[in-house]
Amino acid sequence: MSTMIATRDAYGQTLAELGEENKSIVVLDADLSGSTKTSVFAKKFPERFFNMGIAEANMVGTAAGLAAAGKIPFVSTFAIFAVGRAWEQVRQSVAYPKANVKIVATHGGVTVGEDGGSHQSVEDIAIMRAVPNMTVIVPADGPETAKAIRAAAAYNGPVYVRLGRNKVPTVFADDAPFAIGKGSQIVDGTDLTFVTTGLMTAQAKAAADILKAEGISARVVHLATIKPLDCEILLKAARETGAIVTAEEHSIVGGLGGAVAEFLSENCPAPLKRVGVHDRFGLSGKAEELLKYFGLMPADLAEAGREIVRKKRG
Amino acid sequence: MDSEKITVLQETARQLRVDIVKALHSSQSGHTGGSLSAIDMVTALYFHTMRHNPAEPKWEGRDRFVLCKGHAAPALYVALAHAGYFPKEDLMMLRRLGSHLQGHPDSKGTPGVEVCTGSLGQGLSMANGMALALRLDGSASRVYALLGDGELQEGQVWEAAMAAGHYKLDNLCALVDVNRLQIDGEVAKVMDVEPVTDKFRAFGWNVIDIDGHDMAAIVATLDQAASVKGKPTVIVARTVKGKGVSFFENKASYHGVPPSDEELPKALECLGEQCYL
Ligand SMILES: Cc1ncc(C[n+]2csc(CCOP(=O)(O)OP(=O)(O)O)c2C)c(N)n1
Ligand SMILES: [Mg+2]
Repeated sequence: MSTMIATRDAYGQTLAELGEENKSIVVLDADLSGSTKTSVFAKKFPERFFNMGIAEANMVGTAAGLAAAGKIPFVSTFAIFAVGRAWEQVRQSVAYPKANVKIVATHGGVTVGEDGGSHQSVEDIAIMRAVPNMTVIVPADGPETAKAIRAAAAYNGPVYVRLGRNKVPTVFADDAPFAIGKGSQIVDGTDLTFVTTGLMTAQAKAAADILKAEGISARVVHLATIKPLDCEILLKAARETGAIVTAEEHSIVGGLGGAVAEFLSENCPAPLKRVGVHDRFGLSGKAEELLKYFGLMPADLAEAGREIVRKKRG
Repeated sequence: MDSEKITVLQETARQLRVDIVKALHSSQSGHTGGSLSAIDMVTALYFHTMRHNPAEPKWEGRDRFVLCKGHAAPALYVALAHAGYFPKEDLMMLRRLGSHLQGHPDSKGTPGVEVCTGSLGQGLSMANGMALALRLDGSASRVYALLGDGELQEGQVWEAAMAAGHYKLDNLCALVDVNRLQIDGEVAKVMDVEPVTDKFRAFGWNVIDIDGHDMAAIVATLDQAASVKGKPTVIVARTVKGKGVSFFENKASYHGVPPSDEELPKALECLGEQCYL
């Protein structure tokens, strides 16, 4: 299972397939169709593709109108612009009326790389999670992206899907089940649980291997859907392993770590550590260098795992 | 202005093009086309028009420059390095981890950079703010803002254009790099912004339409803009994306693609430069 696929490539492919199956699907982009891969759909269905130019706020508002008139709009640009520039359009025109708009943002997180901090969204999950009516999905790999996009199309309401720029290792088999709001336990363990999302799931799997060699049994629970949260799988993890490490390519403020900490502290408190970007902006560098710089490598997760197990054991 | 001075500026622009190409080759990431289309204007600003002091980047009497189209950061960085704000060697560290030369201009780290840009459409508002503040302070300093033509699609640009007209910001001069291309192709096909001159005129601006690679015209227009009272000036500059490197010219595909190892010597040759690898 060592194939490498960029989640945005899986998106482009799936969107083009969906366009064939469902004529209500329309796609909007803001001068980044080559990067977000909506260009695949645009080529196949030019009459259902609207390039809105560099005007993200207008793009999201237009999508809300398309949805109000019965279409299923998929809106794409980089995460920083979808969530940043168009934030209030997302809130007022999409989420408030519960419009059937799918915001699929690519280039999330620090692995955007050389473009630097202005382009690395490290707060988009937190921002979207705070909006009522919004569903938030961060797939781990290519196959899961394909399923998430199909699920988003089938679901009636606003969805935010965060994808990445670079190729990531495939974690899930093509026939692995996917449902919005359902987490997946991909490694069983008893000493602690890594609760992860996006590309950090593959990193946590590698971290679990490192810990296993040291006699520490780490569970890995992947949450593709951050909202609504899979409470059941989290309660089970907290009860059975008694120690939690969350990991995301995002700020530790308000994202996956925030969501898990909020839920568990009220319902089943357990020692918890959040791995992510520590309340700061990104910077230029190569994607791999930045994962190291921000402490998002398997070795960093393994260290967090050791620390939380020590804490649990007092 | 005498032709000798123009010749000197043209040679400076050529050297800056060489440095842009070298820096982008070194980083193997970044925006080639829009840096090369803008550099004649940036050269005129930093080496003729603007009052500034590289030894004292925060000198109060300085004119301000805002690179609204922040992805053309290499054009700004080479001008700042050439002027003496920081060593030219830094240019080879463009976009690397730990370098102050971030992918998009970052005022926190780079001397001479006034504000952070990179998210298109936000720069002109910040330039307005500077112009308002300078006017409040009775300062003679002027503000220059360089935008892309695709960038004009952002609604905020027109909110800012309206405000600059409303507040009669005659200490503000915007320049629009009309290279007719953006990422997804021709601006006219993606989302037409023309007629640009009429639009700005309708918002109360003094509008001047020029060839953005004609150094004498750029310099003369910038001089002229400084004497216009009661309204902001916009210089609508018709340019060629990738200007100076024949195989980059007029190609949307070179928007965000750096010169490869094979392309570097050819690009430098186009710019009249020997390449020693
Ligand atoms: C708000 C925002 N949306 C999208 C982008 C991504 N982007 C970077 S450059 C660019 C095209 C810019 O075209 P133009 O303004 O014509 O610049 P130039 O041709 O001078 O390079 C886009 C869409 C961005 N930087 N900011
Ligand atoms: Mg352009």
